[in-house]
Amino acid sequence: MKYLKFLFVGIIFGIVLVKSEAVSWYRIYEMFKFESFHMYGIIGTAVITGILLLLLSKKFKNIEGEFMTVPKKAKGLPRYIIGGTIFGLGWALSGACPGPMYILVGTGAFSVIVVIAAALLGTFVYGIIKDKLPH
Amino acid sequence: MNLISHAFMEVILEPWPWYISGPLIAIIMFVLIYFGKTFGMSSNLRTLCAIGGAGKSVKFFDFDWKAQRWNLTVVLGAIIGGFIAHFYLSVPTTIDLNPETVKTLGTLGFENAGQSLLPAELYSWDAVFSIKGLAILIIGGFLVGFGTRYAGGCTSGHAITGLSSLQLPSLIAVIGFFLGGLIMIHLLFPLIFG
Repeated sequence: MKYLKFLFVGIIFGIVLVKSEAVSWYRIYEMFKFESFHMYGIIGTAVITGILLLLLSKKFKNIEGEFMTVPKKAKGLPRYIIGGTIFGLGWALSGACPGPMYILVGTGAFSVIVVIAAALLGTFVYGIIKDKLPH
Repeated sequence: MNLISHAFMEVILEPWPWYISGPLIAIIMFVLIYFGKTFGMSSNLRTLCAIGGAGKSVKFFDFDWKAQRWNLTVVLGAIIGGFIAHFYLSVPTTIDLNPETVKTLGTLGFENAGQSLLPAELYSWDAVFSIKGLAILIIGGFLVGFGTRYAGGCTSGHAITGLSSLQLPSLIAVIGFFLGGLIMIHLLFPLIFG
């Protein structure tokens, strides 16, 4: 029962990302070509709304009775710029980031499972060599 | 009343504009934070590695993955949501791409741009079972999985949650996302698909 609310959030997430076309390979390509405002509009209004919601929420408590907090990202530079660039290369090539990957399977695009399997392998390889990488 | 619900359904069935979709994504993030969790889809890749037994040989995957079951439930929901949206809440539409984009894609060998969510040139079974097509999907997926864990987050964790909470590391990561994306589209695409 306690998982039901997360299932519901996931369903809404999947619907929004399909209806906004953010799961489309073409929309990602178009974004990196700077030929459409669509994706910038989505991310931009998401961030502006997010900033406002998080500012307003500072005085409020979450469902567990604690103040609402967002996990802080660790300090560092190389991991964010190098890791981010590697992610961007893959995102533009496959047109799918880790949310849309699953959502696309729901739309019947089962070949995306190849991308998910490769992403699992990429995550696994990172886990193996992470201590040798600059962070 | 019937007329109103009819008009409402028609609006739902059309693609949703960015100014509706963006705020809804922020609300999804906010609801997860209200539930005492966070909005981060790429963590599930690490969790799935742990469930697969990767923790036995690699310390990075040796953690209590059961605490992440809520996030896997979000993934399950996302798959169901994708199904509902695609099969019950959509009418066949061509994605309203910039005609310039469609033209450029044509020169790269992508026909019928925007007539489906994914290009058949990459995601049809014919493409998947060709060496080049399979290599593209595997390399793309691998880079996403490796890069997201290295950067400590993806579009949901950094671009939405991190930027919304004004965190500098997330801004750097998002700059990296774009750096990589621009290199891929502008420098590498002409080499791969030209």
